[in-house]
Amino acid sequence: MVPLSAYVAVSAILFGIGLLGVLIRRNFIIVLMAVEIMLNAANINLVAFSHYLESMAGQIVALFVIAIAAGEAAVGLAIIIVVFRGKISTNVDEMNLLKW
Amino acid sequence: MVPFFFAYFAVVSIVSGALTIALRSPVHCGLALLALLLHVAGLFVLLNAEFLFAVQVIVYAGAILVLYLFVLMLLNLKTDERHLHTKYAVILFAGIAVCGELVLLVMQSPFAGAKGDAPAGAILKDGSSYAIGIKMFSDYLLPFEIVGIFLLGAIIGAIVLAKTPSEERET
Repeated sequence: MVPLSAYVAVSAILFGIGLLGVLIRRNFIIVLMAVEIMLNAANINLVAFSHYLESMAGQIVALFVIAIAAGEAAVGLAIIIVVFRGKISTNVDEMNLLKW
Repeated sequence: MVPFFFAYFAVVSIVSGALTIALRSPVHCGLALLALLLHVAGLFVLLNAEFLFAVQVIVYAGAILVLYLFVLMLLNLKTDERHLHTKYAVILFAGIAVCGELVLLVMQSPFAGAKGDAPAGAILKDGSSYAIGIKMFSDYLLPFEIVGIFLLGAIIGAIVLAKTPSEERET
């Protein structure tokens, strides 16, 4: 039997990796991928607690998280396409203006 | 058998997560992210959440990741010489410290709480999809509808943002 702490530890490590990715990468698309890693870490947590505390609520919230991740990816990538069309760069350091 | 599979899925998902943020080429990062998503789906199976496993494979690995790879191919990015932030060593140190502290805290905590109304036996009898469906369309009906509205807004937003500017507005 795997203890609940093991799942929560995996989730914590994945969340740390995602946070690091958001902070150290310079490519906007990779930053969005790191956000996806963080959302997955949250999902592991939700499902693990749902299993060990015997309640369905965690799995349902995880489903909502997946739906919102899909919306976030669609809008984020549309913004990347717009920025790339205007400026030919996906570097987060060079995106410092709201309007140009 | 379960601890063995748990170790495999956990180790591979952590390694592929690290590769996702460490690899230089964006397409390789996307493929590492695919490995991460599939192994997280494996963890869901170990937790008796078959429906979430299917949703993870279809929506995440199938739809979202294809969207990422599609945009990567569309933009045809050249690989940067410097793909990391200038002060990445400081951030890396701070991040690993925070991560280690989190894991230490988590391993010491005795997680416990009131048990809910869905023991594993009852879920296994009718299947996870049945249990989720009953709960989703009774107690969580309003959030479900709100997510529908949210997705509609996301679709319209993405179309409006990514549309090519029309010629008549410029002239």
